[in-house]
Amino acid sequence: MTDTPIRVLIAKPGLDGHDRGAKVLARGLRDEGFEVIYTGLRQTPEMIADAAEQEDVDVVGLSILSGAHMALLPKTVQLLRERGMDDVLVAAGGIIPDADVTKLKEVGVAEIFGPGTSIGQIARYFREHVKRP
Amino acid sequence: MVDELASGERRPLARLLTRIENGDPAVRELLPELFAAGGRAHVVGITGPPGSGKSTLVNALIGEWRRRGKRVGVLAVDPSSPYTRGAILGDRIRMMEHAADRDVFVRSMASRGELGGIAATTWIAAAALDAAGYDPVVIETVGAGQSEVEVARLAETTVVVEVPEMGDEVQAIKAGLLEVADIIAVNKGDRPGADRAARQLRAMLSTAGGRVERTPPPVMLTTATTADGVAALADAIEAHRDRARTPAAARDRAVNQVRRALADVAGRRAADSPAWEEMVVAVADRELDPLTAAERLLDREGR
Repeated sequence: MTDTPIRVLIAKPGLDGHDRGAKVLARGLRDEGFEVIYTGLRQTPEMIADAAEQEDVDVVGLSILSGAHMALLPKTVQLLRERGMDDVLVAAGGIIPDADVTKLKEVGVAEIFGPGTSIGQIARYFREHVKRP
Repeated sequence: MVDELASGERRPLARLLTRIENGDPAVRELLPELFAAGGRAHVVGITGPPGSGKSTLVNALIGEWRRRGKRVGVLAVDPSSPYTRGAILGDRIRMMEHAADRDVFVRSMASRGELGGIAATTWIAAAALDAAGYDPVVIETVGAGQSEVEVARLAETTVVVEVPEMGDEVQAIKAGLLEVADIIAVNKGDRPGADRAARQLRAMLSTAGGRVERTPPPVMLTTATTADGVAALADAIEAHRDRARTPAAARDRAVNQVRRALADVAGRRAADSPAWEEMVVAVADRELDPLTAAERLLDREGR
């Protein structure tokens, strides 16, 4: 069971309409052997947490370029934990200033992948940090 | 376990589905209980060519079923890459409006190497949704290869979703896709040619052989994005439920399920057999034909 595929939810919280990065990442992760569920645009933290719960994913990747990350990401993490998903790896990507990176890590976002990160880096990080029972 | 499922809590069901997908040995012990607790849900297969709007149609059906007070379970199966084993599970994206609804459970599954397009464990996952009280349980797959035949074996009612641009009649009479249909939905009914496509299908089906002793399946027009025709589709699915539950139909499904399980079990035991390597080498060297190799592997395992 140790080599069962890792399931990843890629979500776009808020009103941010830039989805190219998320789609490129989704395809890239598929090529790296992950099973990727992409929620599409305009998701609320509740919808993301509900989807993650049903799909029982190993990783939730939040893509956000609108600047609303401090309003949306901590809330999403909180909802995941409330649903008992304590071991889910939460990562974020998009446009997030360094000052906010620290704050986000404090509330449970494991890592933030800014512009220029390669798919390979992200894939390696997920493989190394996913918690498997 | 079954009590936990019946409670309606999402997390235990989601965790169980993961263990089912991963082939957790503990699931094997649950199977008798799980299977016995099922048999209630109407298992509806939704299949059809890529781009026909299946997921959008399922989304519209969920809305209609919820209006009728039903709790809906959905297994959305997408193919895994045979090379990387990764997959894009791209059906849920059309169903996110129901994400918060506690009476809707949507689970995406990758086919994980199954050539038929459905995961080997899909039927167990469907049994879990059934035991958890969801009814109907929808299995959505892409109708490529023979996956539509696979889903038809699993489902009680199979809906094939077509598009108006399905082309001339030759395309439409490809073996398998139409033969497995209990209902055909020509989706994107707002497009030009939709009425004609439906007429062509009806004409063809009225003269085709297909499955013996069957009346031709109804051909319905739907526009999933506006939910046009979806209530009528839900009615047709409901109407088929009773026809799907005759002793003969139940027996047919049981035959297919047992056959499939037999192939899985025999395949796994043979592959675990110490004689496996020897047999494979003999076949590769053309010293032994594959059928004899298979029989010997089974004999050595004592069945």
